[in-house]
Amino acid sequence: MADEFQASRPIYMQIVEKITQQIARYERMPGDKLPSVREMAIALGVNPNTIQRTYSELERMKIVETRRGQGTFITESGEVLDKLRTKLQHDLLDQFVRNMKELGIKKEEMVQLLTSYLHEKKGDK
Amino acid sequence: MIQFQHVTKKYGKDYAVKNINLSLEEGKIYGLLGTNGSGKSTTLKMIAGLVQPTNGEVLVNKKKANRRMAEEVSYLTELDRFYESFTVHDMVQFSASQFNDFQLDKAQELLEFMHLDGDKKIKHLSKGNRGRLKLVLCLARTVPILLLDEPFSGLDPLVRESIVKSLLTYIDFGKQTVVVATHEIAEVEAILDNIIVLNNGDLIANLSVEDLREEKGQSIIEWMKENIN
Repeated sequence: MADEFQASRPIYMQIVEKITQQIARYERMPGDKLPSVREMAIALGVNPNTIQRTYSELERMKIVETRRGQGTFITESGEVLDKLRTKLQHDLLDQFVRNMKELGIKKEEMVQLLTSYLHEKKGDK
Repeated sequence: MIQFQHVTKKYGKDYAVKNINLSLEEGKIYGLLGTNGSGKSTTLKMIAGLVQPTNGEVLVNKKKANRRMAEEVSYLTELDRFYESFTVHDMVQFSASQFNDFQLDKAQELLEFMHLDGDKKIKHLSKGNRGRLKLVLCLARTVPILLLDEPFSGLDPLVRESIVKSLLTYIDFGKQTVVVATHEIAEVEAILDNIIVLNNGDLIANLSVEDLREEKGQSIIEWMKENIN
């Protein structure tokens, strides 16, 4: 199996996440063309039907647009991309807060800990 | 595309497969899975028309599978048998003379993709390169159905990867139907549409692997551990 995927989660969703992260990190820019379904399938070592499903899902999320006979392109809509970045940030915060809660840390403490952590980091530099 | 209707195959008193009903759709990649002796090779041979069922019918494109099936089916055997004195090119030419749909230019492209030297004698090829050559001969045809019996067996990880890549690169997607019988599940996990699982000659599943991951959060191996004992 293409080693970067977990065998117990839908692969098409894992590729959706991978591409949205690349967009959020500006590794793929608005208006960029995505590789063809087959190119992407070969590069990632997965079934082309899986990539087809990934692209359909990205299209449903309005993150990409398919132009007839030209291919699939990343949206240039600032609104959609802002929303995407906000959502990814929110997901990360959500995960952080959940993990801290599991350790029994209260909200106020969390803010304190994070502030002092960021301060220390600054000191390092 | 391929249908099994109440198919049973017996060798003497032993059942190879028991009363199988199965339908395969065009353009998908199927993994045929199961322990040794579960009936995988027999199932492939019945699609290829090389083995006739004791009871029931195997239909390929609505026609009963028989020895003349070779026009529609490219079959990669698990055996490692070649004319040893042939060169790689001789073998390609020989296959081209046997099958009308054999594409010489595609074979050439595949040889390059697999880094196989056409002038080399087959008896001087490594085991991995013999495995690669078998796949070249199988993929160079434009048939609607490809049957691969243990294409990875005994081959190292690099050869296995080149086989997976060549499948993704050279299959005519949506048109060619592929059935891969294998134990190397991790190797094919990401390229399969469906798995067909046999256990002691019984068909126990034909299911979509993405559905399996989405609905049950299970990998193929996890599902098999739960359902085969």
